[in-house]
Amino acid sequence: MTQFVAAVSSLGAFALVAGIILAIAQKAFRVEGDPMVEKIDALLPQTQCGQCGYPGCKPYAEAVASGEADVNHCVPGGERTMLQIADLMGVEPKSLEEEAAAPMLAFIREDECIGCTLCIKACPVDAIVGAPKQYHTVIADHCTGCTLCVEPCPVDCIDMLLKPELIEHWAWPLPDTTRARLGQERRSQHAGAA
Amino acid sequence: MPIISSPHIHNGDSIRLTMLTVILALLPATAAAVYLFGWLAFLSIATAVLSCVLTEILCLRWMGRSTASALDGSAALTGLLLALTLPASLPWWMVVLGSVFAIVLGKQVYGGLGYNLFNPALSARVILLISFPLNMTTWLVPMSAASAALDLYDFQLCLAFFLHGPQALGLTLDAITMASPLGHVKTEWTRGVGVPEALAAYHYSYLNAFLGSEAGSMGETSALALLIGGIYLLARHTITWHIPFSYLATVLLLAAVFNMLDPNHFAPPMFHLLAGGLILCAFFMATDPVSSPVTPAGQIVFGIGCGILTWCIRSFGGYPEGAMFAVVLMNCAVPLIDHYCRPRVYGHGADE
Amino acid sequence: MPALLKNLSRKLGMMPFGFHGGVEVDQRKLTASMAIEDCALSPVLILPMKQHIGEACTPLVHVGDYVKRGQKIARAEGYVAAPVHASASGKVVKIEEHRIAHPSGMGLPCIFIEPDGDDASETLEPWEDWAERDPGELRERIRMCGLVGLGGAVFPTFIKLVRDQRHAVETVILNGIECEPYLTTDHRLMLEHADEIVAGLAIIRHMVGAREAVIAIEDNKPDAVETMRRAVVAAGLEDVRVTVMPTRYPQGSEKQLIQAITGREVPAGKLPVHIGVLCQNVGTAQAVFHAVRHGRPLTERVVTVSGEAVPRPGNLRIPFGTPVRFVLAGRGLEDLNDIHIIHGGPMMGERLRNIDVPVVKATNGLLAVPEPQMSSMQSSEQPCIRCGHCSEVCPVMLVPNLLADHCRNDEFTRAEQYQLFDCIECGCCSYVCPSTIPLVHYFRYGKGQLAQIRRSEAFAEESRLRSEAREQRLEREKQAKAARRSRVRKTHAPAEPSDNNATGKEES
Repeated sequence: MTQFVAAVSSLGAFALVAGIILAIAQKAFRVEGDPMVEKIDALLPQTQCGQCGYPGCKPYAEAVASGEADVNHCVPGGERTMLQIADLMGVEPKSLEEEAAAPMLAFIREDECIGCTLCIKACPVDAIVGAPKQYHTVIADHCTGCTLCVEPCPVDCIDMLLKPELIEHWAWPLPDTTRARLGQERRSQHAGAA
Repeated sequence: MPIISSPHIHNGDSIRLTMLTVILALLPATAAAVYLFGWLAFLSIATAVLSCVLTEILCLRWMGRSTASALDGSAALTGLLLALTLPASLPWWMVVLGSVFAIVLGKQVYGGLGYNLFNPALSARVILLISFPLNMTTWLVPMSAASAALDLYDFQLCLAFFLHGPQALGLTLDAITMASPLGHVKTEWTRGVGVPEALAAYHYSYLNAFLGSEAGSMGETSALALLIGGIYLLARHTITWHIPFSYLATVLLLAAVFNMLDPNHFAPPMFHLLAGGLILCAFFMATDPVSSPVTPAGQIVFGIGCGILTWCIRSFGGYPEGAMFAVVLMNCAVPLIDHYCRPRVYGHGADE
Repeated sequence: MPALLKNLSRKLGMMPFGFHGGVEVDQRKLTASMAIEDCALSPVLILPMKQHIGEACTPLVHVGDYVKRGQKIARAEGYVAAPVHASASGKVVKIEEHRIAHPSGMGLPCIFIEPDGDDASETLEPWEDWAERDPGELRERIRMCGLVGLGGAVFPTFIKLVRDQRHAVETVILNGIECEPYLTTDHRLMLEHADEIVAGLAIIRHMVGAREAVIAIEDNKPDAVETMRRAVVAAGLEDVRVTVMPTRYPQGSEKQLIQAITGREVPAGKLPVHIGVLCQNVGTAQAVFHAVRHGRPLTERVVTVSGEAVPRPGNLRIPFGTPVRFVLAGRGLEDLNDIHIIHGGPMMGERLRNIDVPVVKATNGLLAVPEPQMSSMQSSEQPCIRCGHCSEVCPVMLVPNLLADHCRNDEFTRAEQYQLFDCIECGCCSYVCPSTIPLVHYFRYGKGQLAQIRRSEAFAEESRLRSEAREQRLEREKQAKAARRSRVRKTHAPAEPSDNNATGKEES
């Protein structure tokens, strides 16, 4: 009986001490992290396209952080972004509802433009320049391909073109071996199942 | 046409070639085993190799993979290595069971060649040792008086022994077996007899241990045959010096230091070197590429770890032999060792 | 003590050569004894607007223009760039995109010239008195002549030839290693144009003010060593050292050569000049000599045309823009079935998917090899058995098998931790892998993906700033509007003291 009491009390004392140390450590070494919204926003592609149903990337980040929105609504971000957000939030990844389209670029057919400035007002990243009654044009380097300028144009003179591929931006694909393919398949299955 | 990256030439090395080289390096030890333990050794080795290859084929077929890789020599090598670590007196079904353990639990459950955490042959031996402690520590007397009772060069007799056990031949195991030097020293120590006294009583001779006529596992007894194979592997550059050297040096160093401090308790370094499976483990088991570290620094750490554990288990543990446990235990640490023992990359933290 | 350890480690086989790892490759130098010949003039020359590392050039000529050999036809844009010169006299027939030797099979804008065969040329003023000229003047000449490193990296030469007070160049290393199998261009250049190479070295040394100069040659080219030694003495440059190195791939790689010769490493993310070293290829040295002494821009180079499938291999002096198909046909190779064409050496070159691409400044070799000899290793990738051979041979001391695992599994941050970007893609790891894992391919995949991720992250960050700036602007406009509205209201109300203050200040 005394042995029993000794064992229980010594273990209990040990647990108590460890608990106190842990509690102190938690206070002392507390890391003040970035707010969740900022972290999620940093992962989003910032196209500001609104395809997620929110008026921009920041509002979507806020919605995800508050648990209001799922992690899988960012279409341009694709699987990578979804997995990163899920990882950050500590939730199960979800499959994407829509495949990300190839990167696009808005193009204004200048001879048809009437200079109404509606597209300029619609552009979330100020990538269209022009003045009232003057031709407008898209700064290709700044366009995120969000398509928000297409709708407001009263004369339908904005086309969405495929972003041109540059030889400098070409990236090597995975090697064409069964082992590499197997790995890719397993990964996509994993993401799909999740 | 697929996009193919440089380089466009290759030195012609392959997995099969690597495995064949190791098998070739084991031939002296295999020959020694057959010489010392006669047809029994041959039967055990053949059984182990065949059952390993067969198990591999069955596993691959069952998992729906190509069975071609069963013939790349890795399964045969596992079978050979396993057989060489077994006592010659083991019945056939234990050999088969061990082979199945080696391939299924040692290799295929992890995903096959290249993915196993432990050395398949050694893990199978550990499983056998824990499951059948008596059979696994019963050592046939090689080339000795026992051959009067059991002629190891008589195929009929050996086959009967292998299939039906000693009872079928009207023999008791005691008549044809003896303790291994390591086992003898350990038992005597527990009885309060010091190491020098125990060795003297055993008529232990370093020369016999070096040539292989002491009792022990089939392939572990002849240090000479193993060294020939080990040197061949080093010369062929299939293994590097890092693991065998650091492993053996650590054991020798520890043994030498403690033998000096207390010769009555701790065996001398040469005894440690020649006894049990140390040389086999150092050259063939610990250097198994899959379950050992990749980087040179990691390999040295791994070898030192194996050496410390081997010596500790032999000197303080419950089992007389610790080499295989040491290697299997160190196998667990390999991913960690690999992560922390990465070489310093060119231009990073140089002596500038 | 460290020297002792280093010695010991070398003896124990960790670094038997002046640099870590490396492999012994089958030399296959079929053309080592063949003198350099001139390649016939192709009916059309295709000059890509980018033949160097850096930004693409802008054409200066128009379709229909007549150009002379050596005339500048495209202007360099930006600092890291080299202009393009016409490589024969003739007419510009078109300017459009054309395939170049690139793994993607994509193209670049190219100027097409139809040579007239007159070989009218245009050169700059020859400078015999270069030794009295200002290094800056010489540097401008080398920039204008479009010189790039001819060893294969095609980095604009003038950038390296600078006198920098902070990083004085102490040692100039002339790279005559040529460690790739088959290739013999540098070898032949050293045998046939040793005097020009040595003169080029003297110019380079004059430009950077280096105290020490070393010519490094591997011991598989004893004749070149002999010739260079004699040329050095003939030029009166007794203090130039001709060093014989043991043959080992990839000793010709700049960083490895510097390590082998000076025993020092170029710190990560730094250039050789930061440790006082300048490395130039022997071909570049010859081009420097031509540019300075004769005012001749870079319009041609020596290319080794070799491989078991070429009926008449050789070392050819080929004008830039000559289509590869034309070159090979000239050496008797017309039937290309089951033959691999490699642009460059077999260890680092690219396999050409289309042979209508032109010879460019980077082309040091054109190899044609029968299919079976090359494709065996590409066929299958077996599981890694962790033999560690790749780590042993890696000249930058990476752990290639672990690195490849991270790349294959798209764990790019992990790959970066394992110093993916320090890989020089020399191919030693793939060369020795018993499981024939295309390790270099995985590293290129990982590097490409990481570059894309970085680009998109940078773009996202820029877009976020733009979007935030826009929101702030809208907010300001809204406030300004609100303020205007309230001010309009206030003008109807009695004036406030603050307004008086403001006007008072203005008056004072």
